[in-house]
Amino acid sequence: MLSRVAENIYWMSRNIERAENIARVLSVNTNLQLDLPRGITPDWQPLIDVVGANDDFEKIYNQYSERNVVRFLLAEAESASSVRACLTNARENCRTVRDIMPREIWRYLTELQIFLDEHLNEGLTRRGRQAFLDRIMRTCQMSMGLMSSGVTRDVGYQFMRLGRNLERADMTSRFIGMRLAITQTDKLPDDTAVTRVQWVNVLGSLSAYHMYRRKMQATVKREHVLWFLFNDDEFPRSILHCINAIEESIGMLAVNRPCLLAVRAIARAFEAVKVENLDADGLDKLVNKLQRRLIDLHNTIARMYFLPTKK
Amino acid sequence: MAVDLKHYPAADYFDEMLANSNRSRSYAKQLVRLLRSLDDEELAARQAAAELAIKEMGITFSVYMEGQGTIDRSWPFDIVPRLIPKAEWDQVEAGLIQRARALNMFIDDIYHEQRIINEGVFPGEVLEGSKNFRAQCVGVSPPHGVWAHICGSDLVRDDKGTIYVLEDNLRVPSGVSYMLENRLVTKQVFPELFERYAPLPIDSYAAQLYTTLADLSPRRTNRPEVVVLTPGIYNSAYFEHAYLAQEMGCELVEGRDLFVDDDDIVHMHTVYGPERVDVIYRRIDDEFMDPEVFNSDSILGVPGLMRAWKAGNVGLANAPGAGVADDKVVYAFVPDFIRYYLDEDPLLPNVPTYRCMFDDERDYVLANLHEMVVKPANESGGYGMLMGKSASPAERKAFAKLIRKNPRNYIAQPTLSLSTVPTVVGRKLEPRHVDLRPFILSGRVTKVTTGGLTRVALRKGSLVVNSSQGGGSKDTWIVDSESN
Repeated sequence: MLSRVAENIYWMSRNIERAENIARVLSVNTNLQLDLPRGITPDWQPLIDVVGANDDFEKIYNQYSERNVVRFLLAEAESASSVRACLTNARENCRTVRDIMPREIWRYLTELQIFLDEHLNEGLTRRGRQAFLDRIMRTCQMSMGLMSSGVTRDVGYQFMRLGRNLERADMTSRFIGMRLAITQTDKLPDDTAVTRVQWVNVLGSLSAYHMYRRKMQATVKREHVLWFLFNDDEFPRSILHCINAIEESIGMLAVNRPCLLAVRAIARAFEAVKVENLDADGLDKLVNKLQRRLIDLHNTIARMYFLPTKK
Repeated sequence: MAVDLKHYPAADYFDEMLANSNRSRSYAKQLVRLLRSLDDEELAARQAAAELAIKEMGITFSVYMEGQGTIDRSWPFDIVPRLIPKAEWDQVEAGLIQRARALNMFIDDIYHEQRIINEGVFPGEVLEGSKNFRAQCVGVSPPHGVWAHICGSDLVRDDKGTIYVLEDNLRVPSGVSYMLENRLVTKQVFPELFERYAPLPIDSYAAQLYTTLADLSPRRTNRPEVVVLTPGIYNSAYFEHAYLAQEMGCELVEGRDLFVDDDDIVHMHTVYGPERVDVIYRRIDDEFMDPEVFNSDSILGVPGLMRAWKAGNVGLANAPGAGVADDKVVYAFVPDFIRYYLDEDPLLPNVPTYRCMFDDERDYVLANLHEMVVKPANESGGYGMLMGKSASPAERKAFAKLIRKNPRNYIAQPTLSLSTVPTVVGRKLEPRHVDLRPFILSGRVTKVTTGGLTRVALRKGSLVVNSSQGGGSKDTWIVDSESN
């Protein structure tokens, strides 16, 4: 398989996954503000922090208001962290691999892009936002579903899976980081009603709440949530599950030794510690370490399999 | 109400289906009968069904629109097939094979001894003004002496019914994928007609193209690595590049997928490292192919490709420099090439052509500009032409100036009354002008597509068939009148 083709499949899958995640975190935060006691308003800045787009954001806006953050994350074409940019990129990736992908995906992505441009104003209002975000998440899920069920299990499929799971592991660790940001700014003690709502928020952002309850019962406790999001191999968005899936995909590729080493380094980073016992500081360090190792893994994959970058 | 052919103005031009309003041509009887049995609604419904099928099959071409970038458009298609009797086609096919052989011998001669110039058959000064002559190709000897492996020659029929060659496209002719897809659409729209006619099948093209390309492999392996090189998704013919790669089971590559190593071998970047490439069907113009040799700021090409080709390490189709014969002045000499190289009489005539480089011919052109179509030597896609009949006096005057300034760059032909074929316009059939582009594959053997791509000028009275300028297309059927 051509390096360029593998790279496009990988990024297409990452971009679709990222668009869905951004839409979901917007949806959850919009809901959250209805659950918080009076006097506490949800902070919107962590949503920009979580995608690491503060510099881009501050070039355009001087205030982390709801409207600004929502507009930025939905529609800012100049930032790689907006739904708009992810979809544009996914569509460009898809364009060159249309002969490999099920035909409908191209159509879904095109339709969604048109929808996004035409109905953006509805997404900016609180009343119209939920339906608007639902449409985005649904289309992303349909495209992902089609890729999972309709693509030949060859090398290209492995790159699609790699892209999806890397993006998921990345997002899960970022969302755990976001939770930290909120508690620290608010200076709230852990395990108050408010922080419980926030943990539910994190679970919701990863569409993990129902799965969590099935497994851990109704109480939402910090240590349970952490264990679940890091270590529950049965939950497909947990970091462990993503890492295992990545390792499995890499195992299907030839010339894979450096990538295997990089993925095992990620597993080692959190298997050694009991995440549920970490304090805020320790957790923060772990999340940062994970982020760095995920970047290493991506760079190793790119170096081994993608087009060499021009000097 | 049944489709009404009584008021169809068949006699205005040479109509290929109806000799006049009452009489169909012998080979078209069954088609006319079927069309008469449909009512207006049914006709419109079938046209709509075809358009839907094209949309769903994703048959598109790209157009560049100011302010919008490149957009994909559905391929324009008319459901009424164009019929050509097999006996006539056999003549055309023989003429095209003869022509392709002579053209390739001319190119090979031009890059070697230039006998044809030395013996005074072809004026050397034409070459001096040639935009597509490549000095870098002098002395190179591609396999079988073939330079233009894929040639698309445009044919037209005049008011007497005679078929002429209008031009030869020897650089990167496109359209063959649409020819193949048109047949698939017609099968969906007029299945019953196939029982009455059994048109000759056309689907062996991809296999023949693959064989032609694989024959150029410098390595004697069972399955040489053949790739299609595209300029990328923004090229108007990207659909075709992807289509042909898929039909042949080859990789579709861009310039950045390939590199040439220090031993002048071409490789492609794959996930498991470099893999050698044997043959490149390049759909990229000479000038952009190799920044080491041609346009140095081209980002579409592959540095070192010419080195690899000249060293005989990779096959290129068409060969660089083949475009020297894709020049409308050179075109005017093709009948001479046939006589000179093959010692045969041309089986297919050229359209009478005046070469502005010769004083007497230029004087005639300038005196009769209102009756002429004037074409620049090296443009394609119908750009930069003067249609003398419809041009304003001011436009004619401006063009006369251009001709005097650079006579070598222009040829002129009398305005032809192109033949017509019934075409769906709204809910009715009306005559529209057509041309035909068959594709000729040259290698160890020479093969011609069965028929070709019929292009139709959809605007009433228009002669412009290019899809970028409002042209459509039709399925082309070679039919055996014996079996009717």
